[in-house]
Amino acid sequence: MSDPVAPEAEKEPSSPVLVGTLTFAGLMSGLLIVGAWQLTLPAITAHKAESLKATVFEVVPGAASIQRLAWDGGALVAKEAPATQQGPAEPVVYGAYDQGGKLLGYAVPAEGPGFQDTISLLYGYDPDSKTILGMRVLDSRETPGLGDKIFKDLAFVGAWAGLPTETVPVIVGKGKKTEAHQVEAISGATISSKAVMRIITTSHAEWTPRLPLRADAPAPAPSAAAETP
Amino acid sequence: MTPAPDRTAEELLKGIWRENPIFVQVLGMCPSLAVTNSAVNAVVMGLATLAVLVASSTLVSLLRRFIPAQVRLSTYIVIIATFVTVADMTLQATLPTVHKQLGAFIALIVVNCLILGRQEAFASKHGVKLAIADAIGMGTGFTLALTILGSLREVLGNGSLFGFPLFGDHYEPWVVMILPPGGFIMLGLILMTFNWWKERKQAATAGGAA
Repeated sequence: MSDPVAPEAEKEPSSPVLVGTLTFAGLMSGLLIVGAWQLTLPAITAHKAESLKATVFEVVPGAASIQRLAWDGGALVAKEAPATQQGPAEPVVYGAYDQGGKLLGYAVPAEGPGFQDTISLLYGYDPDSKTILGMRVLDSRETPGLGDKIFKDLAFVGAWAGLPTETVPVIVGKGKKTEAHQVEAISGATISSKAVMRIITTSHAEWTPRLPLRADAPAPAPSAAAETP
Repeated sequence: MTPAPDRTAEELLKGIWRENPIFVQVLGMCPSLAVTNSAVNAVVMGLATLAVLVASSTLVSLLRRFIPAQVRLSTYIVIIATFVTVADMTLQATLPTVHKQLGAFIALIVVNCLILGRQEAFASKHGVKLAIADAIGMGTGFTLALTILGSLREVLGNGSLFGFPLFGDHYEPWVVMILPPGGFIMLGLILMTFNWWKERKQAATAGGAA
């Protein structure tokens, strides 16, 4: 109305102009996103670290303090996260200790492909009884209403507590659980349920040989004992 | 044509009531139904959409003479997607819990037809001032509508508002209202009330003129 432009009447712009416009738009968009990423990254990392800590206490019930344990290729060592990350991240688990500083279990972070995007989760593991103590999804973009039940469906989330791992656990159909090592799939989200199982079993196979029994576990660093929830 | 003095105010107000994106235009139904299961989610979703809409409309209006008509839609989408990504990261940095609740729906603001619709129908044809007024109006209308929907659903389905319990222990929450069917039921009821009110007003004006 106020701008009487009739595109049909104008001369057709040449292809380079069209390509140039889109290239420019893409470039500007990239710059803006990188800028925003740089600005928000510290806060996002801090939040993630905080929620990870809180989650450790959820997957290892009864824990009073936690200690970051890094795998240096031959043994687990108590070690705080480096302030700035250089090179590839070292494999890490979190030891969860009771009031007396005795190990209760390990909280193992793991991730893998889900139905849509990477699912990252944390599970608690007791090396003595060889059982999973609990599972929490940290980050996922599964289908709202279906796949997101991997953390919204409390029956599914609860099913991981006390799951024995001597026989490799498997996902079975809803209502078909007959043995202890089976977990019932969420109806409508079989792929997401299986993804969670695959992430845990893969990570478990990798970590079991590295995690010493409770008695041989590395002691928490003195500062870690003060770190109560 | 120079805009009349009150044109800006008119463009601002039309989105809030007369052309409300949800209650009148029935646009952007996907987020409106999916995330309005609590008042907080609805408000945050509305504000995120408002921010993206205002930023996109401003830019599209500023660049409207430089964007060739043949690639305008792709350019609009690039602009919108950029702002959505920025909004997504900002939200993740400031309100991580709400961000987790909203999940994929923040990213899905890109495909909210309300935003692309306003670029094509308004921002690309008007000056910056009017485009911003239109975007603020439409965004506010969207936020208000989502808040109404979210509050009603939370009160009925969870017995609380913005997380604060309203009723005593005797209240049995009407759980279906915070589940997906509740979204459709509540939206239907609101649209019905809205249209009934509009028709009654029209009938009153027609009756008065006769």
